[in-house]
Amino acid sequence: MSQLIKGNQIAQNEWTRVIPPTFGDEPVRKQAGKVVMFKLHDEETFTQKQIDATEIPATGKILLPLTVWLAKKESLATRMAAGEIGIVLQTHEPIEKLVEAFDDLNSLPVIAVYVQIFADGRNFTLGNLLRTRYGFKNELRAVGDIMRDQLYFLKRSGFDSYLIKEGRNAEEAIASLNDFTQPYQGASDDVPVWRRVNRSQV
Amino acid sequence: MYKYDKIDQQLVNERVAQYRDQTRRYLAGELSEDEFRPIRLQNGLYIQRLAPMLRIAVPYGLLSSKQLRKLGDIAKKYDKDYGHFSTRQNLQLNWPKLEDVPDILAELATVEMHAIQTSGNCIRNITTDQFAGVAPDELFDPRAMAEIMRQWSTFHPEFALLPRKFKIAVSGTKEDRAVVQMHDIGMEFFKNDNDELRIKVWVGGGLGRTPILGSVIHESLEWQHALSYCEAIIRTYNMHGRRDNSYKARIKILVKAIGIEAFKEQVEAEWVHSKNGPLTITQAEFDRVSAYFEPMPYETLPANDASFDTQLASNPAFTAWVKRCVHPHKTAGYRAVTLSLKKHGEAPGDASSAQMHTVADLADAYSFGELRVSHEQNLILADVKLSDLFTVWEKARAAGLATPNIGLLTDIICCPGGDFCSLANAKSIPIAKSIQAQFDNLDYLHDIGDIEINISGCMNACGHHHVGHIGILGVDKGDTEWYQVSIGGKQGNDASLGSVIGPSFSAEEMPSVVQKLIDVYVQERTPEERFIDTARRIGMDPFKAHVYAESEEVTA
Ligand code: SF4
Repeated sequence: MSQLIKGNQIAQNEWTRVIPPTFGDEPVRKQAGKVVMFKLHDEETFTQKQIDATEIPATGKILLPLTVWLAKKESLATRMAAGEIGIVLQTHEPIEKLVEAFDDLNSLPVIAVYVQIFADGRNFTLGNLLRTRYGFKNELRAVGDIMRDQLYFLKRSGFDSYLIKEGRNAEEAIASLNDFTQPYQGASDDVPVWRRVNRSQV
Repeated sequence: MYKYDKIDQQLVNERVAQYRDQTRRYLAGELSEDEFRPIRLQNGLYIQRLAPMLRIAVPYGLLSSKQLRKLGDIAKKYDKDYGHFSTRQNLQLNWPKLEDVPDILAELATVEMHAIQTSGNCIRNITTDQFAGVAPDELFDPRAMAEIMRQWSTFHPEFALLPRKFKIAVSGTKEDRAVVQMHDIGMEFFKNDNDELRIKVWVGGGLGRTPILGSVIHESLEWQHALSYCEAIIRTYNMHGRRDNSYKARIKILVKAIGIEAFKEQVEAEWVHSKNGPLTITQAEFDRVSAYFEPMPYETLPANDASFDTQLASNPAFTAWVKRCVHPHKTAGYRAVTLSLKKHGEAPGDASSAQMHTVADLADAYSFGELRVSHEQNLILADVKLSDLFTVWEKARAAGLATPNIGLLTDIICCPGGDFCSLANAKSIPIAKSIQAQFDNLDYLHDIGDIEINISGCMNACGHHHVGHIGILGVDKGDTEWYQVSIGGKQGNDASLGSVIGPSFSAEEMPSVVQKLIDVYVQERTPEERFIDTARRIGMDPFKAHVYAESEEVTA
């Protein structure tokens, strides 16, 4: 079954995420013996070797890492024009690089924000900025370590589709989009509660 | 105080349901240990050394008698009949069962309470001065703004998973009792020359492994922009704070790494986009919330009370208590009272269920049914009539809540430490108790005068040891517990961080180490000097010489 939630229901996932291969010689950072899952802002996402070796499916709708797109965009221009390409931004990648890469961000049918680990909340800010500052209107998808417990926050941060990670019940997760009825603060989806309702009347 | 409307109540009710389901999924094995961790932490639930610990939010330290009674009932029903008031003005239960937490939350929701964001990497409970609204030196009552910020920060979607915890304090007094310089963001409200309300904004303060006092990022922010400005700061931090190393993840490290000027530039560049937008606080919202913090219906009273004066003249024990535990009040004929949770021999900040009920009754009878929790881990009745003080004292004394030691050596700030906390290097409560035992003589304590001893069981500094006049830090030296001692720290406007005096000590040595530090002070002080003044004037060396001299003799 599909793990994609879109429009408050399970939806077919039309997009294939292209993932560069790993060779085992990519730099790994450790902290107290443990591999660090968080990349620092603007740290390299993939090595040149990984980007060069990335195989791109010849047909179908694909989600490409920003770095792969930047390296191969000439050869993919017609597919982009045909609406077959979406971009994956990782949470440590500067949003400006994505914005500068396209004359019109809305030429992209979908932007996916990839989070490697649940505890990385940068995706919320990225979603918010894409919607409010950069005026992105098409599908904004949360991918990576996505579970039910982020959904409400993701929704309020401008996301409208969510790829629940494998092994988790996506069907049940839908309910969490509505965990709260009347949130307090303003966000990309709404103004603060005191601009939304007349609180002296409730 | 603030009262929930339907919107507030619905939110905490929905939270109970959400957390109940999260707990169910964890117990059913649908959430892994690692996945449940950030979720339970956002709800104040730690898995501790001996049992889980649940931290219940007391927003800016304000409680009603009804709420305190409920806390007492919960401590009785789900815990070992007592609770611990923390340096974040919250209440901690040390022995709840993980499975019971949803029920505890449901009970809390009936009295407009919760445990939202009392832990985890998110915006924590907003703290302020325990005398807010009654302090004579207050320029602005910060409670309405604290409430507006509490609501704004509760389930803030963008800042739900920050690099690290984020603490905000607000203050509106000349003398800073909210320690704004020790917070990730500190907001000091003041009136400018045109009598307009402004905020001096501090950023990047904090204790822990790398203690740093905050830097001023905005000298005079218009209050309407409090939320948009905080968002600009926290957004910058969310994107650029270090997540690769939890010891370097606080905003203070970011501010220090790039410098306050560069950080301010980034924040201002961010703020341009949201300034004057929907986050701008309206006068109507400010007024709506402020209405909950109107002054109490005080009686018109003379500044003096004859019966009080008589008791004061004739009862030395009462006089000692008044001197230490009774504080000035804005309104004639009223005083604020600190009920000490620092009885000698008891764990600092602990209150039994029965004591919570007693305090709730006292609040109802003598202080408009409200009370406060101070970050020094005591309880405050903010609005007591002069003529009631004697009765309040007698009743508090019967309940073990009238130790006249507020601000004195035995009013120790102390974290739960190794008895409860799984992060601890060493125990802290027994150290506090042994020091209290060493100095268990009230006349002597009064002679020593104002001094603050702060104890933390590890680098995380929950006991604020860096700003103790004497700071004690538990360190781990190959399986045994040792204590590092610093002097010269201070909270307040002239805040400073203490300096370590030298090699650490065993637990048994600690009372005599403190004794020696005090001996040096008593010998060197001028008549008007407090410990901190003497320490600042004569410096570290005399203290060091005395403390270490004798121990060398012993080994020699
Ligand atoms: S200072 Fe350390 S030992 Fe004490 S409560 Fe905090 S984390 Fe635990």
